[in-house]
Amino acid sequence: MSIRVEHLEKRFNGFHAVNDVSFRVADGEFVTLLGPSGSGKSTILRCIAGLEEANSGLIEINGQNVTYVPVQERKIGFVFQHYALFRHMSILDNVAFGPRVRGAGKKERHDKARELLNLVGLSGMEHRKPSQLSGGQRQRVALARALAPEPQLLLLDEPFGALDARLRKELRAWLRELHNRIKLTSLLVTHDQDEAFELSDRVLVVNEGKIEQEAHPQEIFDKPATAFVASFVGETNHVEGMVDEGTVAWGPFRFKAIHLKQGTRARVLFRPNDVYVASKREDGGWPGTIQSVQFLGASVSLAIRLEDGSILNAMVPKGVADQSGFEQGKTVYTHITQAHVFPATV
Amino acid sequence: MIASTPKVTESLFVRILLILVALIFLSLVLIVPLVTIFSTGLAKGIQVYWAAITESDARSAIYLTLTAAAISVPCNLVFGIAASWAIAKFDFTGKKLLMTLIDLPLTVSPVISGLIFVLLFGAQGLFGGVVSWLDIKILFAVPGIVLATIFVTFPYVARSLIPLMQVQGNDQEEAGLTLGAGGWRTFWHITLPNIKWGVLYGVILLNARAMGEFGAVSVVSGHIRGMTNTIPLHVEILYNEYQFVAAFAMASILTLLAVVTLIAKTYVKWRTGEEQA
Repeated sequence: MSIRVEHLEKRFNGFHAVNDVSFRVADGEFVTLLGPSGSGKSTILRCIAGLEEANSGLIEINGQNVTYVPVQERKIGFVFQHYALFRHMSILDNVAFGPRVRGAGKKERHDKARELLNLVGLSGMEHRKPSQLSGGQRQRVALARALAPEPQLLLLDEPFGALDARLRKELRAWLRELHNRIKLTSLLVTHDQDEAFELSDRVLVVNEGKIEQEAHPQEIFDKPATAFVASFVGETNHVEGMVDEGTVAWGPFRFKAIHLKQGTRARVLFRPNDVYVASKREDGGWPGTIQSVQFLGASVSLAIRLEDGSILNAMVPKGVADQSGFEQGKTVYTHITQAHVFPATV
Repeated sequence: MIASTPKVTESLFVRILLILVALIFLSLVLIVPLVTIFSTGLAKGIQVYWAAITESDARSAIYLTLTAAAISVPCNLVFGIAASWAIAKFDFTGKKLLMTLIDLPLTVSPVISGLIFVLLFGAQGLFGGVVSWLDIKILFAVPGIVLATIFVTFPYVARSLIPLMQVQGNDQEEAGLTLGAGGWRTFWHITLPNIKWGVLYGVILLNARAMGEFGAVSVVSGHIRGMTNTIPLHVEILYNEYQFVAAFAMASILTLLAVVTLIAKTYVKWRTGEEQA
């Protein structure tokens, strides 16, 4: 089922949580709203669910205007960050709750619940209470419960936010696999870019109640549309400079800025892995001294102090770092292979 | 949850001394009076005791006390659940004011609470005209006693539910709604089972207070024997007439109620703690 959101607005006591947001989700698609906390991404999701009422705008689910339809009639599945399982009910009754309020008989709803518990890999735990499960298991029960009434779409609000890093990765892969299997239109809210990139067909980056960019994960990373997206997604180095004849100069480097006005301030962002570090002087390389070397597993992070005193963060594969003998105090020559230039925010 | 036992650093002598002080204090202010009530009540044998609590004025006092409690408990149960639901789950203007109003009966002296009703329904009172026109009796009659009891006891259920519901938040209710349950169904299947022990706890306190209330009821009752006397008022009358055995026999009923309440309260508290774990 598809979703269409047009000019959605939501204010809380004068605070503009969602500011003129429009987007679409196609049938069977997995879309993520990615943004820092307080960006309004959860509010967008809660408006679509009907848990918050929009101040203005339009929400359509499968071509039907649901803006003023109460939550219980929207046929959505919602997964909460803190599971929100019914504490006083068994796992089976939790999952069977949706079919039960929709009028399913005892046998029918228990069969449905068993089938879903089987799908999420929790067979044999039917009679436990939520308090007897681990965090990861609880979230899987929550997912089974959301799926039980056969919703038109699945909304997930930071579903893995309360779990530890390893479990998060595991459940992520599992959820992607589950989505491939059941092809249910899904909208996920997260502040974790790895989660967004791994799971989604499309990512919407949200900041201060607005959508900054809407694109395929790869494109978000390679071609950030705004300075915010560039700095929020992945680590970045940033420098500022004046636009002069379509370029911004920083040391020996010249960044293209033909889209910016002459004489305005520009902000240049580039990722640590877009910094090429050479041990010999080559054309255009800016010399600097390695100030620290941090081992990160497969790669090595270098902090390089340049001639003008600024610090540059570079990321190089561990093999390259070993071969070139990068260590503290060594003089190296830096090149920037890719950068993004935006107007400087005042 | 991990509970750590604090390390004991005081010497044995200090520990024994502190425990003794606590025990002596406890027996002086609690156990001795408690024993006195029962021993004085039973001083002239079980027959006299039984006669004192089954005599017609005593029976009517017990009946009136039970009536007042039987009306005020359901009234304040509904009010308390509704008020705490509104306060814990929603934001609205005037929320602070409502919370202050709920606490009002706890902060106002019971005698003043009784006087409020005299001022409202007395012959010269605000509703005095309406009351006499309708030809109903409120003051110095059962309705007045019930009203005063309701007023004095209305904070108890709300007070025990608001913190509980605030801690629980809205998550489970929201989950219920997304699963297709309407507001009423969500309340019965999700909210109520989560607060049932809190509700019971509030009702126990409310009931104890309703049966034991003296001040407010005393002002509005008029002390008509066999008509508008509750157990506490009857005890006072008997005591003032030097009928100590009868007075203490009646008092022992309230005391028994208090003991039962305490046991029930402890049980409910223990159950609540277990559910939270």
